[in-house]
Amino acid sequence: MHEHIDPALLRGLTHRRASRRDLFLLLGAAGAGLALSACEIQGKKAPSSKQGDVRKYWAGKQKNGHVDFANWPLYMDPKHPELKKFTAATGISVRYKEVIRDNAPWFAKIQPRLAAGKSIGYDLMVVTNGIEFSELVELGYLAPLDHTQLPNFTKYAAKKFKQETFDPGNVFSVPWASGMTGIGYNPQYVKAPPTAIADLWDPKYKGKVGMMSDSQELGNFGMLVNGVKPEASGPADWTNAAAKLKDQRDKGIVRKYYEQDYIKPLTSGDVWLTMAWSGDIFQQNVSEGTNLRFVLPEEGATIWTDNMMIPKTAVNPVDAIMLMDFFYDPRNAASLAEYINYVTPVPSTRDIIRSDAAQASGDDKKSLEQVADSSLVFPSEADYARLHSYRPFENSQEKQQYQSVFLPLVQS
Amino acid sequence: MSARLRARLTPYALLLPGGLWLLIFFVVPLVAMLSLSLQQGDIVNGYTMTWHWQTYVDGVRQYHEQIIRSVVYGAVSTVLQLGIGYPVAYWIAFHGGRRKSAYLFLLLLPFFVSFVLRTIAWQFFLSDNGILLGPLKDIGLVTQDFHILARSAAVIGGLTYNYLPFMVLPLYVALERVDPGVVEAAHDLYASRVQAFLRVVLPLSLPGVFAGVLITFVPASSDYVNASILGGPQNSMIGNVIQNQYLINQTYPTAAALSFTLMAILLVGIFLYARALGTEDVLEAAAR
Repeated sequence: MHEHIDPALLRGLTHRRASRRDLFLLLGAAGAGLALSACEIQGKKAPSSKQGDVRKYWAGKQKNGHVDFANWPLYMDPKHPELKKFTAATGISVRYKEVIRDNAPWFAKIQPRLAAGKSIGYDLMVVTNGIEFSELVELGYLAPLDHTQLPNFTKYAAKKFKQETFDPGNVFSVPWASGMTGIGYNPQYVKAPPTAIADLWDPKYKGKVGMMSDSQELGNFGMLVNGVKPEASGPADWTNAAAKLKDQRDKGIVRKYYEQDYIKPLTSGDVWLTMAWSGDIFQQNVSEGTNLRFVLPEEGATIWTDNMMIPKTAVNPVDAIMLMDFFYDPRNAASLAEYINYVTPVPSTRDIIRSDAAQASGDDKKSLEQVADSSLVFPSEADYARLHSYRPFENSQEKQQYQSVFLPLVQS
Repeated sequence: MSARLRARLTPYALLLPGGLWLLIFFVVPLVAMLSLSLQQGDIVNGYTMTWHWQTYVDGVRQYHEQIIRSVVYGAVSTVLQLGIGYPVAYWIAFHGGRRKSAYLFLLLLPFFVSFVLRTIAWQFFLSDNGILLGPLKDIGLVTQDFHILARSAAVIGGLTYNYLPFMVLPLYVALERVDPGVVEAAHDLYASRVQAFLRVVLPLSLPGVFAGVLITFVPASSDYVNASILGGPQNSMIGNVIQNQYLINQTYPTAAALSFTLMAILLVGIFLYARALGTEDVLEAAAR
């Protein structure tokens, strides 16, 4: 191959300045080759947790008097009455930040810190029972919970919330709230109230429909509109659902795929109807005086659970677990549920809300009674029967397969 | 150390800070990214180097639409910026008088506000029932479901607005250096105003055009902020795809491969552009 070297090249190679440059090039190429194979990223799959881990993790951990709490917007009264009460009772100050708008971006944000074994700046966070939650568990990023420090949870949490399939025995998480994904709409623009998911495909709402960008939420709606139960779906159902959703997108019906930022455009009229979370609409109406509506569609809606958890690298885990348990005191759970209007994991709150209503008067009384009777906060067994849950994934291949079907919809 | 040796080493010593900077913050990340683009795996099990070039093929096959859209959006907005920016720069340079710097400052003033905030302000301004469209809808000039956001025009408009000063400044610098005497000479030689502009001022300002196009086209094509704030599902640019792949899906190899593909396309485009415009001439003119 080197027998017939172009004389010009040869001249170039032997020329002094060029040869130095070539040396650099050669060194660079060799270095680059080495560097290329040296840049591999190690996996961090954690061995499954054992009972001893709990004791090992909590040994020597002490109360520090402060806790950093990362939560979603519209998940607490903006005046934070519960946190003030907590600080007054325990002397622990709480920095509460509404930094989580969707699970995947949040996971992506904290993952590098967690992988490096560094604190993410938060001791307590709320993540939905989806793909990212299982990744947090699989990667061993979560602190195993010491249930001896969760007496209220043990005593007051509903049985249903102690048997969640995504975290049996609440090893890593306890629920913050559950909620349903349905349809939110602005009656100022939508004259005929939507009743079905299929209404989100109605061409008369072209460019005015919001969908969620979360692949599980989006996929669920695609499946439900096709008459498929998400929790029992298979790859063929996913492909069909994706085709249906693609059709909706390509016809220009979808205005945008939202995280939790759908609330503002719905209020301002940029979108007229959108996939929405049950409590958000209620709180927006309370805090902004809007008149938005929420419906559970005919085809069925999905129910999910947002969970409190402590990252293993937390600086103040003891304070965090105290705060966790604080929210299971029925009084605190009741005051939270009264405001956020999501399904509370503490059933005894219903009586407390009723008695609060009995003492209140006027509008307060009415709204408290509404909360106590609301099927969005206290779903009956019949309501639960109409609700679907997320598709659990057996392994990471399956999860990736699911993601590869639905993510391209949002990201094009 | 002898004086001669010192003299020979001085240039290298002077190069050291800049060189190190480039090495640490440019070469190393670039190599890491190239490496990543050839690996396979997932975040739980880790990524291993398999020299998997197929990632590039798959990435382009799946996202060629967004790549083309990005280049088109970038190009259209660059042309618009040139169209808007050139007269502005020309006017400030030749008719700005003593207040030239004041005008330049006015041009730059909005850019003291964060890029994202400015874009959000446009979103607010253009929103379906906002300051602009609300009244138009009330008086029935446009239909209730009319919208500007979530269309190509909104994204291209955002890009044009956001990168405009980066177009105007180099144009201004080039035009400012054109000696008015040269234009007068052209008139003396019976050139009309149009001829004087086309044959004297415009060629002299080409270095500014070249620089302006370069520093606006590249970031505009790889921008993702405008598309995500002002655009809809039909307006995603390749920057949005890369961001999603990296930050949401954690498919690092695909993200890295797409980044490299975009870089290659932009480099080739710029190379062709430089050839077409004749960089040699341009640089020569700039050096004068």
